Amino acid sequence: MAGIIETKDLDLWYGEKQALHSINIEIPDHQVTALIGPSGCGKSTFLKTLNRMNDLVEGVRIEGLVSYNGIDIFAPGTDVTWLRRQIGMVFQKANPFPMSIYDNVAYGPRTHGIKNKGELDGIVEQALKDAAIWDEVKDRLKSSALGMSGGQQQRLCIARALAVKPDILLLDESTSALDPISTSKIEDLIGELKKEYTVIMVTHNMQQAVRISDKTAFFLLGEMVEFGGTDQIFSAPKNKKTEDYISGRFG
Amino acid sequence: MKTQGRSFGRKAKDALLRGLMYLCAGITCALLVFLIGYIFFRGIPNLSWQLISTQSSYRTNTIGILPNILNTLYIIIVSMAIVVPLGVCAAIYLTEYAQNKKVVRLISFATETLTGIPSIIFGLVGMLFFIQVLGLKPGVLAGGLTLVVMVLPTIISNTTESLKTVPDSYREGALALGSGKWHMVRTVVLPNSIDGIVTGCILAIGRIVGESAALLFTAGFGLVLNDFITAMSSSSATLTVALYVFASERGEIGVAFGIATILMILTFILNLAANFAAKKLKRKGA
Repeated sequence: MAGIIETKDLDLWYGEKQALHSINIEIPDHQVTALIGPSGCGKSTFLKTLNRMNDLVEGVRIEGLVSYNGIDIFAPGTDVTWLRRQIGMVFQKANPFPMSIYDNVAYGPRTHGIKNKGELDGIVEQALKDAAIWDEVKDRLKSSALGMSGGQQQRLCIARALAVKPDILLLDESTSALDPISTSKIEDLIGELKKEYTVIMVTHNMQQAVRISDKTAFFLLGEMVEFGGTDQIFSAPKNKKTEDYISGRFG
Repeated sequence: MKTQGRSFGRKAKDALLRGLMYLCAGITCALLVFLIGYIFFRGIPNLSWQLISTQSSYRTNTIGILPNILNTLYIIIVSMAIVVPLGVCAAIYLTEYAQNKKVVRLISFATETLTGIPSIIFGLVGMLFFIQVLGLKPGVLAGGLTLVVMVLPTIISNTTESLKTVPDSYREGALALGSGKWHMVRTVVLPNSIDGIVTGCILAIGRIVGESAALLFTAGFGLVLNDFITAMSSSSATLTVALYVFASERGEIGVAFGIATILMILTFILNLAANFAAKKLKRKGA
Protein backbone atom coordinates (compact mmCIF):
# COMPACT_ATOMS: atom_id res chain seq x y z
CA MET A 1 0.00 0.00 0.00
CA ALA A 2 1.39 3.39 -0.96
CA GLY A 3 1.56 5.91 1.86
CA ILE A 4 -0.42 9.11 2.08
CA ILE A 5 2.90 10.79 2.80
CA GLU A 6 6.04 9.61 1.07
CA THR A 7 9.51 11.03 1.26
CA LYS A 8 12.42 10.18 -0.94
CA ASP A 9 16.02 11.03 -0.02
CA LEU A 10 14.85 13.98 2.03
CA ASP A 11 17.76 16.13 3.22
CA LEU A 12 17.35 19.30 5.24
CA TRP A 13 19.86 21.90 6.34
CA TYR A 14 19.56 24.76 8.80
CA GLY A 15 22.28 26.98 7.38
CA GLU A 16 25.40 24.82 7.37
CA LYS A 17 24.04 22.24 9.75
CA GLN A 18 22.37 19.22 8.22
CA ALA A 19 19.36 18.28 10.33
CA LEU A 20 17.88 15.47 8.22
CA HIS A 21 19.84 12.87 6.28
CA SER A 22 18.22 11.07 3.41
CA ILE A 23 14.88 10.22 4.97
CA ASN A 24 12.82 7.63 3.09
CA ILE A 25 9.47 6.78 4.58
CA GLU A 26 5.95 5.85 3.55
CA ILE A 27 3.39 6.87 6.11
CA PRO A 28 0.13 4.95 5.86
CA ASP A 29 -3.35 6.38 5.64
CA HIS A 30 -5.76 6.33 8.62
CA GLN A 31 -3.24 5.15 11.13
CA VAL A 32 -1.34 6.76 13.95
CA THR A 33 2.36 7.04 13.25
CA ALA A 34 4.64 7.99 16.12
CA LEU A 35 8.04 9.60 15.61
CA ILE A 36 10.38 8.91 18.51
CA GLY A 37 13.99 9.65 19.27
CA PRO A 38 16.17 11.74 21.58
CA SER A 39 16.06 15.55 21.59
CA GLY A 40 17.60 17.11 18.51
CA CYS A 41 17.25 13.96 16.42
CA GLY A 42 15.23 15.72 13.74
CA LYS A 43 11.79 14.28 14.41
CA SER A 44 10.15 17.67 14.92
CA THR A 45 12.02 19.04 11.94
CA PHE A 46 10.73 16.17 9.86
CA LEU A 47 7.18 16.76 11.07
CA LYS A 48 7.33 20.47 10.25
CA THR A 49 8.61 19.67 6.79
CA LEU A 50 5.40 17.83 5.99
CA ASN A 51 3.20 20.94 6.08
CA ARG A 52 6.06 23.24 5.12
CA MET A 53 6.11 25.09 8.42
CA ASN A 54 9.88 24.90 8.09
CA ASP A 55 9.58 27.46 5.31
CA LEU A 56 9.32 30.04 8.09
CA VAL A 57 12.75 29.19 9.46
CA GLU A 58 15.51 31.43 8.20
CA GLY A 59 18.23 29.69 6.23
CA VAL A 60 16.46 26.37 5.77
CA ARG A 61 17.29 24.35 2.66
CA ILE A 62 15.52 21.19 1.60
CA GLU A 63 16.43 18.60 -1.01
CA GLY A 64 14.67 15.42 -2.02
CA LEU A 65 11.05 14.65 -2.52
CA VAL A 66 8.08 14.87 -0.18
CA SER A 67 4.75 13.91 -1.62
CA TYR A 68 1.27 14.06 -0.22
CA ASN A 69 -1.19 11.85 -2.09
CA GLY A 70 1.34 11.74 -4.90
CA ILE A 71 1.64 15.53 -5.12
CA ASP A 72 5.13 17.00 -4.73
CA ILE A 73 4.62 19.48 -1.87
CA PHE A 74 7.66 21.53 -2.85
CA ALA A 75 6.70 21.83 -6.51
CA PRO A 76 6.38 25.47 -7.59
CA GLY A 77 2.72 24.93 -8.43
CA THR A 78 1.80 23.65 -4.96
CA ASP A 79 -0.15 26.21 -2.97
CA VAL A 80 1.22 26.15 0.55
CA THR A 81 -2.05 27.42 2.09
CA TRP A 82 -3.88 24.57 0.37
CA LEU A 83 -1.29 22.12 1.68
CA ARG A 84 -1.61 23.38 5.26
CA ARG A 85 -5.35 23.10 4.99
CA GLN A 86 -4.97 19.42 4.12
CA ILE A 87 -2.27 18.82 6.70
CA GLY A 88 -3.19 20.44 10.00
CA MET A 89 -0.83 20.87 12.90
CA VAL A 90 -1.05 21.07 16.67
CA PHE A 91 2.01 22.51 18.40
CA GLN A 92 3.88 21.51 21.51
CA LYS A 93 2.58 24.46 23.46
CA ALA A 94 -1.11 25.23 23.15
CA ASN A 95 -1.39 28.44 21.16
CA PRO A 96 -5.04 29.54 21.12
CA PHE A 97 -5.56 33.01 19.71
CA PRO A 98 -6.63 35.66 22.23
CA MET A 99 -10.22 35.46 21.02
CA SER A 100 -13.33 33.67 22.17
CA ILE A 101 -13.45 29.88 22.10
CA TYR A 102 -15.93 30.08 19.21
CA ASP A 103 -13.78 32.46 17.18
CA ASN A 104 -10.74 30.26 17.68
CA VAL A 105 -12.46 27.25 16.16
CA ALA A 106 -14.16 29.34 13.48
CA TYR A 107 -10.85 30.95 12.49
CA GLY A 108 -9.90 28.29 9.97
CA PRO A 109 -13.29 27.95 8.24
CA ARG A 110 -13.60 31.75 8.09
CA THR A 111 -10.12 31.92 6.58
CA HIS A 112 -11.31 29.60 3.87
CA GLY A 113 -14.32 31.73 3.09
CA ILE A 114 -17.19 30.27 5.12
CA LYS A 115 -19.32 33.18 6.33
CA ASN A 116 -22.73 31.62 6.86
CA LYS A 117 -23.50 31.74 10.58
CA GLY A 118 -25.46 28.50 10.67
CA GLU A 119 -22.80 26.61 8.77
CA LEU A 120 -20.07 27.99 11.04
CA ASP A 121 -22.05 27.04 14.14
CA GLY A 122 -22.31 23.50 12.86
CA ILE A 123 -18.61 23.22 12.06
CA VAL A 124 -17.59 24.68 15.42
CA GLU A 125 -19.85 22.31 17.33
CA GLN A 126 -18.69 19.28 15.40
CA ALA A 127 -15.01 20.18 15.77
CA LEU A 128 -15.38 20.72 19.50
CA LYS A 129 -17.21 17.41 19.80
CA ASP A 130 -14.53 15.62 17.79
CA ALA A 131 -11.92 17.10 20.09
CA ALA A 132 -13.87 15.85 23.12
CA ILE A 133 -14.23 19.27 24.66
CA TRP A 134 -17.76 20.29 23.65
CA ASP A 135 -19.37 19.41 26.96
CA GLU A 136 -16.85 21.48 28.86
CA VAL A 137 -17.20 24.62 26.80
CA LYS A 138 -20.64 24.62 25.19
CA ASP A 139 -21.98 27.13 27.72
CA ARG A 140 -19.12 29.57 27.36
CA LEU A 141 -18.29 29.65 23.68
CA LYS A 142 -18.11 33.43 23.78
CA SER A 143 -15.60 33.62 26.60
CA SER A 144 -11.90 33.98 26.03
CA ALA A 145 -9.91 30.90 25.13
CA LEU A 146 -7.07 32.13 27.32
CA GLY A 147 -9.16 31.50 30.41
CA MET A 148 -9.12 27.73 29.85
CA SER A 149 -6.78 25.25 31.49
CA GLY A 150 -3.70 24.07 29.60
CA GLY A 151 -5.27 20.74 28.71
CA GLN A 152 -8.45 22.39 27.50
CA GLN A 153 -6.45 24.87 25.45
CA GLN A 154 -4.61 22.04 23.75
CA ARG A 155 -7.84 20.23 22.93
CA LEU A 156 -9.22 23.53 21.66
CA CYS A 157 -6.19 23.74 19.36
CA ILE A 158 -6.99 20.25 18.12
CA ALA A 159 -10.59 21.34 17.53
CA ARG A 160 -9.32 24.40 15.69
CA ALA A 161 -7.20 22.20 13.47
CA LEU A 162 -10.09 19.78 12.86
CA ALA A 163 -12.46 22.59 11.92
CA VAL A 164 -10.72 23.06 8.56
CA LYS A 165 -11.35 19.35 7.88
CA PRO A 166 -7.78 18.31 7.21
CA ASP A 167 -6.70 14.99 5.84
CA ILE A 168 -3.73 14.57 8.11
CA LEU A 169 -3.14 15.86 11.62
CA LEU A 170 0.42 16.51 12.79
CA LEU A 171 0.96 16.57 16.54
CA ASP A 172 4.27 17.98 17.71
CA GLU A 173 4.71 16.68 21.27
CA SER A 174 1.27 18.01 21.89
CA THR A 175 0.88 16.46 25.31
CA SER A 176 4.34 17.12 26.70
CA ALA A 177 3.27 20.20 28.65
CA LEU A 178 0.10 18.67 30.07
CA ASP A 179 -0.90 16.91 33.26
CA PRO A 180 -1.58 13.15 33.14
CA ILE A 181 -5.37 13.47 33.05
CA SER A 182 -5.34 15.90 30.14
CA THR A 183 -2.76 13.71 28.44
CA SER A 184 -4.90 10.63 28.71
CA LYS A 185 -7.92 12.54 27.37
CA ILE A 186 -5.90 13.57 24.34
CA GLU A 187 -4.56 10.06 23.88
CA ASP A 188 -8.10 8.66 23.87
CA LEU A 189 -9.01 11.35 21.41
CA ILE A 190 -6.19 10.41 19.05
CA GLY A 191 -7.44 6.84 19.07
CA GLU A 192 -10.82 8.14 17.91
CA LEU A 193 -9.38 10.51 15.36
CA LYS A 194 -7.65 7.85 13.32
CA LYS A 195 -10.99 6.63 12.07
CA GLU A 196 -11.26 9.78 10.02
CA TYR A 197 -7.78 11.23 9.93
CA THR A 198 -4.21 10.18 9.46
CA VAL A 199 -2.27 11.16 12.55
CA ILE A 200 1.48 11.70 12.67
CA MET A 201 2.81 12.54 16.10
CA VAL A 202 6.15 13.37 17.62
CA THR A 203 6.46 12.14 21.16
CA HIS A 204 9.11 11.97 23.84
CA ASN A 205 7.05 9.54 25.78
CA MET A 206 7.63 5.98 24.64
CA GLN A 207 4.74 4.56 26.64
CA GLN A 208 2.55 6.99 24.76
CA ALA A 209 3.87 5.72 21.44
CA VAL A 210 3.15 2.15 22.52
CA ARG A 211 -0.32 3.01 23.76
CA ILE A 212 -1.66 4.84 20.78
CA SER A 213 0.41 4.42 17.64
CA ASP A 214 0.16 1.79 14.92
CA LYS A 215 3.51 2.57 13.37
CA THR A 216 6.66 3.94 14.92
CA ALA A 217 9.67 5.59 13.32
CA PHE A 218 12.86 5.94 15.32
CA PHE A 219 15.04 8.94 14.52
CA LEU A 220 18.63 9.44 15.63
CA LEU A 221 21.00 12.26 14.69
CA GLY A 222 18.92 13.30 11.72
CA GLU A 223 18.56 9.83 10.29
CA MET A 224 15.60 7.53 10.38
CA VAL A 225 17.02 4.40 11.91
CA GLU A 226 14.02 2.16 11.83
CA PHE A 227 10.38 2.29 10.80
CA GLY A 228 7.83 -0.42 11.37
CA GLY A 229 4.77 -1.57 13.26
CA THR A 230 4.80 -0.24 16.81
CA ASP A 231 4.55 -3.76 18.26
CA GLN A 232 7.52 -4.92 16.27
CA ILE A 233 9.65 -1.82 17.06
CA PHE A 234 9.08 -2.18 20.78
CA SER A 235 9.19 -5.95 21.04
CA ALA A 236 11.67 -6.97 18.38
CA PRO A 237 13.61 -4.01 17.01
CA LYS A 238 15.78 -4.91 14.07
CA ASN A 239 18.38 -2.26 14.69
CA LYS A 240 20.70 -2.32 17.70
CA LYS A 241 20.40 1.47 18.16
CA THR A 242 16.62 1.24 18.32
CA GLU A 243 16.89 -1.47 20.93
CA ASP A 244 19.34 0.60 22.99
CA TYR A 245 17.06 3.62 22.86
CA ILE A 246 13.81 1.94 23.74
CA SER A 247 15.43 -0.03 26.51
CA GLY A 248 16.58 3.27 27.95
CA ARG A 249 20.30 3.00 27.43
CA PHE A 250 20.46 6.57 26.13
CA GLY A 251 18.10 9.37 25.28
CA MET B 1 30.44 43.36 69.20
CA LYS B 2 31.94 43.34 65.79
CA THR B 3 28.92 42.20 63.86
CA GLN B 4 26.69 44.87 65.36
CA GLY B 5 29.15 47.56 64.43
CA ARG B 6 29.16 46.33 60.86
CA SER B 7 25.40 46.23 60.74
CA PHE B 8 25.29 49.74 62.14
CA GLY B 9 27.56 50.93 59.32
CA ARG B 10 25.38 49.20 56.81
CA LYS B 11 22.28 50.84 58.22
CA ALA B 12 23.88 54.25 58.10
CA LYS B 13 24.86 53.73 54.48
CA ASP B 14 21.37 52.55 53.74
CA ALA B 15 19.83 55.62 55.33
CA LEU B 16 22.21 57.90 53.49
CA LEU B 17 21.42 56.38 50.11
CA ARG B 18 17.74 56.43 50.84
CA GLY B 19 17.99 60.11 51.77
CA LEU B 20 19.83 60.84 48.53
CA MET B 21 17.17 59.12 46.50
CA TYR B 22 14.38 61.00 48.28
CA LEU B 23 16.27 64.19 47.56
CA CYS B 24 16.58 63.42 43.84
CA ALA B 25 12.94 62.47 43.59
CA GLY B 26 11.99 65.60 45.53
CA ILE B 27 14.02 67.89 43.28
CA THR B 28 12.50 66.30 40.16
CA CYS B 29 8.97 66.73 41.47
CA ALA B 30 9.62 70.26 42.65
CA LEU B 31 11.00 71.25 39.24
CA LEU B 32 8.01 69.75 37.50
CA VAL B 33 5.49 71.38 39.81
CA PHE B 34 7.28 74.71 39.56
CA LEU B 35 7.37 74.58 35.76
CA ILE B 36 3.73 73.65 35.34
CA GLY B 37 2.62 76.00 38.09
CA TYR B 38 4.58 78.92 36.71
CA ILE B 39 3.27 78.45 33.18
CA PHE B 40 -0.29 78.24 34.39
CA PHE B 41 0.24 81.16 36.76
CA ARG B 42 1.55 83.38 33.97
CA GLY B 43 -0.60 81.95 31.22
CA ILE B 44 -4.13 81.62 32.56
CA PRO B 45 -4.70 85.36 33.17
CA ASN B 46 -3.86 85.91 29.50
CA LEU B 47 -6.33 83.38 28.19
CA SER B 48 -9.50 84.91 26.88
CA TRP B 49 -12.21 84.00 24.48
CA GLN B 50 -10.98 86.71 22.18
CA LEU B 51 -7.47 85.23 22.16
CA ILE B 52 -8.56 81.81 21.05
CA SER B 53 -11.41 82.80 18.75
CA THR B 54 -10.06 85.64 16.61
CA GLN B 55 -7.05 86.48 14.52
CA SER B 56 -4.59 89.22 15.29
CA SER B 57 -5.44 92.60 13.88
CA TYR B 58 -3.33 95.72 13.68
CA ARG B 59 -6.44 97.76 12.99
CA THR B 60 -8.11 96.99 16.29
CA ASN B 61 -4.77 96.27 17.93
CA THR B 62 -5.88 92.89 19.26
CA ILE B 63 -4.11 89.57 19.34
CA GLY B 64 -5.84 86.30 18.50
CA ILE B 65 -4.36 82.87 17.92
CA LEU B 66 -7.25 81.13 16.18
CA PRO B 67 -5.20 80.89 12.94
CA ASN B 68 -2.40 79.19 14.82
CA ILE B 69 -4.74 76.75 16.50
CA LEU B 70 -6.16 75.88 13.08
CA ASN B 71 -2.70 75.68 11.49
CA THR B 72 -1.63 73.22 14.16
CA LEU B 73 -4.71 71.19 13.40
CA TYR B 74 -4.06 71.35 9.63
CA ILE B 75 -0.48 70.21 10.09
CA ILE B 76 -1.61 67.33 12.29
CA ILE B 77 -4.13 66.24 9.65
CA VAL B 78 -1.68 66.47 6.74
CA SER B 79 1.20 64.78 8.55
CA MET B 80 -0.81 62.00 10.14
CA ALA B 81 -2.76 61.25 6.95
CA ILE B 82 0.54 60.53 5.23
CA VAL B 83 2.78 59.20 7.96
CA VAL B 84 0.44 56.69 9.59
CA PRO B 85 -0.27 54.54 6.50
CA LEU B 86 3.32 54.91 5.33
CA GLY B 87 4.95 54.10 8.65
CA VAL B 88 2.60 51.30 9.65
CA CYS B 89 2.88 49.59 6.26
CA ALA B 90 6.66 49.93 6.30
CA ALA B 91 6.79 48.40 9.77
CA ILE B 92 4.52 45.54 8.73
CA TYR B 93 6.75 44.91 5.76
CA LEU B 94 9.88 44.95 7.90
CA THR B 95 8.58 42.64 10.61
CA GLU B 96 6.31 40.29 8.69
CA TYR B 97 7.46 40.12 5.09
CA ALA B 98 11.10 41.10 4.64
CA GLN B 99 13.23 38.00 4.14
CA ASN B 100 16.69 39.50 4.28
CA LYS B 101 17.29 40.00 7.98
CA LYS B 102 20.51 41.92 7.40
CA VAL B 103 18.71 44.60 5.41
CA VAL B 104 16.01 44.75 8.09
CA ARG B 105 18.62 45.28 10.79
CA LEU B 106 20.24 48.00 8.71
CA ILE B 107 16.92 49.79 8.20
CA SER B 108 16.03 49.46 11.88
CA PHE B 109 19.38 50.93 12.84
CA ALA B 110 18.88 53.78 10.38
CA THR B 111 15.40 54.58 11.69
CA GLU B 112 16.64 54.52 15.28
CA THR B 113 19.41 56.92 14.36
CA LEU B 114 16.96 59.20 12.56
CA THR B 115 14.78 59.48 15.66
CA GLY B 116 17.67 61.10 17.48
CA ILE B 117 18.48 63.81 14.93
CA PRO B 118 17.78 67.41 16.02
CA SER B 119 14.57 68.57 14.39
CA ILE B 120 16.11 71.75 13.00
CA ILE B 121 18.03 69.51 10.60
CA PHE B 122 14.77 68.06 9.32
CA GLY B 123 13.62 71.65 8.87
CA LEU B 124 16.70 72.49 6.87
CA VAL B 125 16.41 69.43 4.66
CA GLY B 126 12.66 70.03 4.30
CA MET B 127 13.30 73.56 3.14
CA LEU B 128 15.98 72.50 0.67
CA PHE B 129 14.00 69.60 -0.72
CA PHE B 130 10.29 70.46 -0.52
CA ILE B 131 10.61 74.19 -1.11
CA GLN B 132 13.69 74.63 -3.26
CA VAL B 133 13.77 71.38 -5.21
CA LEU B 134 10.05 70.61 -5.47
CA GLY B 135 9.07 74.25 -5.57
CA LEU B 136 6.36 74.12 -2.88
CA LYS B 137 5.47 77.38 -1.17
CA PRO B 138 6.19 77.57 2.55
CA GLY B 139 2.99 76.51 4.22
CA VAL B 140 1.11 73.66 5.82
CA LEU B 141 1.91 71.21 3.01
CA ALA B 142 5.67 71.78 3.04
CA GLY B 143 5.67 71.85 6.85
CA GLY B 144 3.49 68.76 7.07
CA LEU B 145 5.70 66.83 4.67
CA THR B 146 8.76 67.80 6.67
CA LEU B 147 7.10 66.52 9.82
CA VAL B 148 6.22 63.32 7.97
CA VAL B 149 9.92 62.75 7.41
CA MET B 150 10.64 63.63 11.01
CA VAL B 151 7.97 61.45 12.61
CA LEU B 152 8.21 58.51 10.20
CA PRO B 153 11.12 56.79 12.01
CA THR B 154 9.26 57.09 15.31
CA ILE B 155 6.11 55.56 13.85
CA ILE B 156 8.08 52.77 12.18
CA SER B 157 10.05 51.81 15.26
CA ASN B 158 7.05 52.08 17.54
CA THR B 159 4.89 49.97 15.24
CA THR B 160 7.69 47.45 14.82
CA GLU B 161 7.97 47.12 18.60
CA SER B 162 4.21 46.63 18.89
CA LEU B 163 4.19 43.97 16.18
CA LYS B 164 7.04 42.15 17.88
CA THR B 165 5.00 41.80 21.06
CA VAL B 166 2.64 39.45 19.21
CA PRO B 167 3.88 35.94 20.01
CA ASP B 168 5.16 33.92 17.05
CA SER B 169 2.94 31.07 18.22
CA TYR B 170 -0.08 33.09 17.03
CA ARG B 171 1.51 33.51 13.63
CA GLU B 172 2.37 29.81 13.43
CA GLY B 173 -1.12 28.89 14.54
CA ALA B 174 -2.71 30.99 11.82
CA LEU B 175 -0.35 29.82 9.09
CA ALA B 176 -0.77 26.19 10.09
CA LEU B 177 -4.50 26.56 9.55
CA GLY B 178 -3.84 27.49 5.93
CA SER B 179 -4.07 31.22 6.39
CA GLY B 180 -2.22 33.37 3.87
CA LYS B 181 0.31 35.89 5.07
CA TRP B 182 -1.80 39.02 4.74
CA HIS B 183 -4.83 37.28 6.20
CA MET B 184 -2.71 36.26 9.17
CA VAL B 185 -1.43 39.83 9.63
CA ARG B 186 -4.92 41.26 9.38
CA THR B 187 -6.73 38.79 11.62
CA VAL B 188 -4.13 37.86 14.21
CA VAL B 189 -1.15 40.22 14.25
CA LEU B 190 -2.80 43.65 13.86
CA PRO B 191 -5.69 43.09 16.30
CA ASN B 192 -3.17 42.11 18.93
CA SER B 193 -0.85 45.05 18.41
CA ILE B 194 -3.32 47.80 17.53
CA ASP B 195 -3.24 49.24 21.05
CA GLY B 196 0.50 49.87 20.86
CA ILE B 197 0.30 51.20 17.32
CA VAL B 198 -2.47 53.67 18.13
CA THR B 199 -0.75 54.81 21.30
CA GLY B 200 2.41 55.46 19.29
CA CYS B 201 0.46 57.44 16.73
CA ILE B 202 -1.13 59.62 19.39
CA LEU B 203 2.26 60.29 20.93
CA ALA B 204 3.46 61.20 17.43
CA ILE B 205 0.68 63.81 17.31
CA GLY B 206 2.16 65.13 20.53
CA ARG B 207 5.51 65.51 18.81
CA ILE B 208 3.89 67.33 15.91
CA VAL B 209 2.06 69.69 18.24
CA GLY B 210 5.27 70.41 20.09
CA GLU B 211 7.48 70.86 17.06
CA SER B 212 8.73 74.31 16.13
CA ALA B 213 12.27 74.17 14.78
CA ALA B 214 11.42 71.98 11.77
CA LEU B 215 8.54 74.31 10.88
CA LEU B 216 10.34 77.65 11.00
CA PHE B 217 11.72 77.28 7.48
CA THR B 218 8.99 75.14 6.00
CA ALA B 219 5.58 76.24 7.30
CA GLY B 220 6.44 79.85 7.87
CA PHE B 221 5.40 82.58 10.28
CA GLY B 222 2.05 83.67 8.88
CA LEU B 223 -0.55 84.72 11.44
CA VAL B 224 -3.45 85.14 9.03
CA LEU B 225 -6.60 83.05 9.18
CA ASN B 226 -6.78 80.63 6.23
CA ASP B 227 -8.99 77.77 5.22
CA PHE B 228 -7.50 74.29 4.89
CA ILE B 229 -6.74 74.52 1.16
CA THR B 230 -5.30 78.02 1.21
CA ALA B 231 -3.17 77.21 4.21
CA MET B 232 -1.43 74.44 2.26
CA SER B 233 0.58 76.94 0.29
CA SER B 234 0.56 80.05 2.44
CA SER B 235 2.86 80.85 5.28
CA SER B 236 1.20 79.46 8.41
CA ALA B 237 2.56 79.56 11.93
CA THR B 238 1.53 76.76 14.25
CA LEU B 239 1.02 77.40 17.98
CA THR B 240 4.63 76.71 18.84
CA VAL B 241 5.95 78.94 16.07
CA ALA B 242 3.48 81.63 17.10
CA LEU B 243 4.75 81.33 20.65
CA TYR B 244 8.23 82.02 19.33
CA VAL B 245 7.02 84.96 17.26
CA PHE B 246 5.04 86.60 20.08
CA ALA B 247 7.75 86.07 22.66
CA SER B 248 10.83 87.04 20.71
CA GLU B 249 9.68 89.39 17.99
CA ARG B 250 6.71 91.21 19.46
CA GLY B 251 7.65 91.11 23.11
CA GLU B 252 4.19 89.83 24.03
CA ILE B 253 5.35 87.55 26.81
CA GLY B 254 1.85 87.26 28.25
CA VAL B 255 0.45 85.93 24.98
CA ALA B 256 3.38 83.52 24.76
CA PHE B 257 2.52 82.15 28.19
CA GLY B 258 -1.11 81.90 27.13
CA ILE B 259 -0.07 79.78 24.16
CA ALA B 260 2.21 77.73 26.40
CA THR B 261 -0.75 77.00 28.66
CA ILE B 262 -2.83 75.86 25.69
CA LEU B 263 0.03 73.65 24.49
CA MET B 264 0.41 72.10 27.92
CA ILE B 265 -3.28 71.35 28.12
CA LEU B 266 -3.16 69.85 24.61
CA THR B 267 -0.20 67.65 25.52
CA PHE B 268 -1.98 66.56 28.65
CA ILE B 269 -5.10 65.64 26.67
CA LEU B 270 -3.05 63.74 24.08
CA ASN B 271 -1.29 61.72 26.76
CA LEU B 272 -4.59 60.92 28.38
CA ALA B 273 -5.95 59.88 25.00
CA ALA B 274 -2.94 57.64 24.43
CA ASN B 275 -3.46 55.91 27.76
CA PHE B 276 -7.16 55.62 27.14
CA ALA B 277 -6.62 54.16 23.67
CA ALA B 278 -4.12 51.67 25.00
CA LYS B 279 -6.59 50.45 27.61
CA LYS B 280 -9.62 50.50 25.35
CA LEU B 281 -8.01 48.68 22.45
CA LYS B 282 -6.23 46.08 24.52
CA ARG B 283 -7.62 42.72 23.49
CA LYS B 284 -10.17 41.50 25.98
CA GLY B 285 -8.80 38.00 25.81
CA ALA B 286 -5.20 39.03 26.33
